[in-house]
Amino acid sequence: MCLGIVGKVIKVTAADETAIIDVHGARREISIALLGQVKVGDYVLVHAGFAIEKIDLKEAEQMVKMWEEQLNDVTPGQVL
Amino acid sequence: MSPLDRFCDTELSRKLMGRVAALADEVAERLGRPAVFIEVCGTHTVAISRLGLRSLLAGRVELRSGPGCPVCVTDHQEIDMMVNLARLAGVTLGTFGDMLRVPGSRSSLERERAGGADVRIFYSPLDAVAFAEANPEREVVFLGIGFETTAPVVASTLTRARAKGVKNFSIFSAHKLIPPAIRAVLSDPVLKLDGLILPGHVSAITGRRAFDFIVKEYGLPSVISGFEPMDILIALHELLLQLLRGEARVVNKYTRVVREEGNLDARKRIAECFEEVDVPWRGLGVIPESGLSLRETFRDFDARFKLNIEPAPPTSHYPPGCACKEILRGKLLPPECRLFSNVCTPVHPVGPCMVSSEGACAAYYRFERFSPVGGGI
Amino acid sequence: MKENGRDIVLLAHGDGGALTHELINNLFLCHFESNILKTLTDAAVFSINEGRMAITTDSFVVDPPFFPGGDVGKLAVCGTVNDLAVSGARPVYLTASFILEEGLPLADLESIVQSMAGACGVAGVEIVTGDTKVVEKGHLDKIFINTTGVGYIFPGVDLGYHRIKPGDKVLVNGSLGQHGIAVLCKRYGFDFAGQVMSDCAPLNGIISLLLKEIRGIKIMRDLTRGGLATTAKEIASACGLDIWLDENCIPVDAGVKGAAEMLGLDPLYLANEGKFMVIVTPEEAEKAVAVMQGHELGRDARIIGEVKPGKGNVYLSTSLGGTKLLDLMAGSPLPRIC
Repeated sequence: MCLGIVGKVIKVTAADETAIIDVHGARREISIALLGQVKVGDYVLVHAGFAIEKIDLKEAEQMVKMWEEQLNDVTPGQVL
Repeated sequence: MSPLDRFCDTELSRKLMGRVAALADEVAERLGRPAVFIEVCGTHTVAISRLGLRSLLAGRVELRSGPGCPVCVTDHQEIDMMVNLARLAGVTLGTFGDMLRVPGSRSSLERERAGGADVRIFYSPLDAVAFAEANPEREVVFLGIGFETTAPVVASTLTRARAKGVKNFSIFSAHKLIPPAIRAVLSDPVLKLDGLILPGHVSAITGRRAFDFIVKEYGLPSVISGFEPMDILIALHELLLQLLRGEARVVNKYTRVVREEGNLDARKRIAECFEEVDVPWRGLGVIPESGLSLRETFRDFDARFKLNIEPAPPTSHYPPGCACKEILRGKLLPPECRLFSNVCTPVHPVGPCMVSSEGACAAYYRFERFSPVGGGI
Repeated sequence: MKENGRDIVLLAHGDGGALTHELINNLFLCHFESNILKTLTDAAVFSINEGRMAITTDSFVVDPPFFPGGDVGKLAVCGTVNDLAVSGARPVYLTASFILEEGLPLADLESIVQSMAGACGVAGVEIVTGDTKVVEKGHLDKIFINTTGVGYIFPGVDLGYHRIKPGDKVLVNGSLGQHGIAVLCKRYGFDFAGQVMSDCAPLNGIISLLLKEIRGIKIMRDLTRGGLATTAKEIASACGLDIWLDENCIPVDAGVKGAAEMLGLDPLYLANEGKFMVIVTPEEAEKAVAVMQGHELGRDARIIGEVKPGKGNVYLSTSLGGTKLLDLMAGSPLPRIC
């Protein structure tokens, strides 16, 4: 229902609470008024021109790694 | 490769798909029927369709779509008021693109635009404020549509417009809230559900905890999910596991985005700007405290007061034969409606579920109308 | 070009009087090179060769008129040239008819005309006659251009839905959705740092190469409005066979993918102005890909699917191994939030 896209912050203008994000090379200015601190290099979730949440890359890494281990090493048929 | 890209990894998804299918068989055998899950998010509806998941899980899991598209659930009465707004001299009506084709009881914004109304599409409400600043002779009314995800965006826009002293900008709020709608759906005694896939981006604002009531009040397994192939498969896997183990918990599997308490700043913005009111939902009727109207402190930005828009008369206008009511509640699948794909199509939509490209019927129509004759490539 | 110290289009530019003549002589004739056009008679007169001819017409309206990678003028030439080319014709002559909004900067008109002339040069076609009208401000959006084109069908070429058979392969000449995204992004204020440009280009060069080398071509279509999905569905419906496309094989640039995600759009439904689909016998499919890849407009050419017995549907095999149905585009693509 609520389209959210992940963008990488490539520039922050703190004064007017905006940032430039990059989505596979596509760029746009967005508002970061709904987030606290945002740094260049952060990944954010964008909805209707606003960053609504930061993406926690560590959490992403952990979850995907866990599944990679589960799916790549486990003997067939075994359920988690 | 970024960990984010790995959530779309084809090989990994295929492996997990195998697991999910095996688990689904086990659950179906236990239940003596396929498990029935409902998602309440249009973006999930589309993601599931895009992956062709229903074809892969046919006979094992039934995936239904609930009231998860803010456009679909906007009532005729509200559309009629938007149409009245668009007809006012000097008014530019700004909206997200989704709203354009939604029919009210007599007209739609697309028709009004064709008749000369100034209806414009904006990607962000901030763009509408910029347009208002550049066109001081117009009153720019932005349609506040959307759930918890969009409400803080609009609230933040209002705060900014006020700070900049923009006098010719206002909001027509038709925002709605998801938890009351889920209650309305789950309270239906006829409905038989085995679990819920909860909306990831609404949860980003509300937090996981906002959905604890599902377990307390209805005892159903629920999972907050993202939108990539792995996310959706992980969510299904979690629901199936809970069913097998006889558990019912609200589990967050979108941990890279969703926190326990959500986005507190955004929640504060919503609370500052809006108050909860009883509003009608298309297909579901009036749901208590399920809508957001602007607080009195924002009257100078509230199009309803600023432009003196009379509430349109409530309509019981519902096309005969349209099963959207049942489809929105997840009681029927789109092909089970007798209007589906003959009378009601995306080009000539009858009910709300066909109107939005994310509506359950439109998604079915586009992606899953026929079962294939030939084989895959 | 400045006339009477003015730099915008006036209603008088379209009244057939002195200003119209100035416009024709100082602008159109400066850029459009054609001995036939130069005569400025009421009709273009030319000789024809033996054989079959093709004729097509198209009107070009785009908001905004200038976009990354092109403008409405380049589009007006390429669109008509491409319609002839995919029909198996060698485009020769075009007409160009302009409807202008009062107040349009003459500099904008000149740059549009210049890019038309540039595209004609690349495509090897001549604009041989034309027309100009001006309407009051607010009666149209800046500029509309209509072009009509004629061309000779290459000898021995026979294209048509009736020739499509199960087993035939479906090919495209490159990455999809660039034009649609370039235009939408310009309209909605996205900056692409030069990454996404319209693919607007005349396809007659690559197509003539293909027709010369490959006998087994059944049909070709350019993938304009409605994109690959809509065109595939039109073809499937017309021949009563199913078309199966493989999501993993369909080329879409990362930049297009990113912008399409932002706007909530599907690249398979986005317009292209330099992409075409070819249906060819399975025996010649690989060779056709190689021929296309030998041309600069076909570097990313590949096989994306095949024709199967069926009832006129288009299916996409998804990356996960599922299938979904593709259909005609319903309504023009609008940026969504949900």
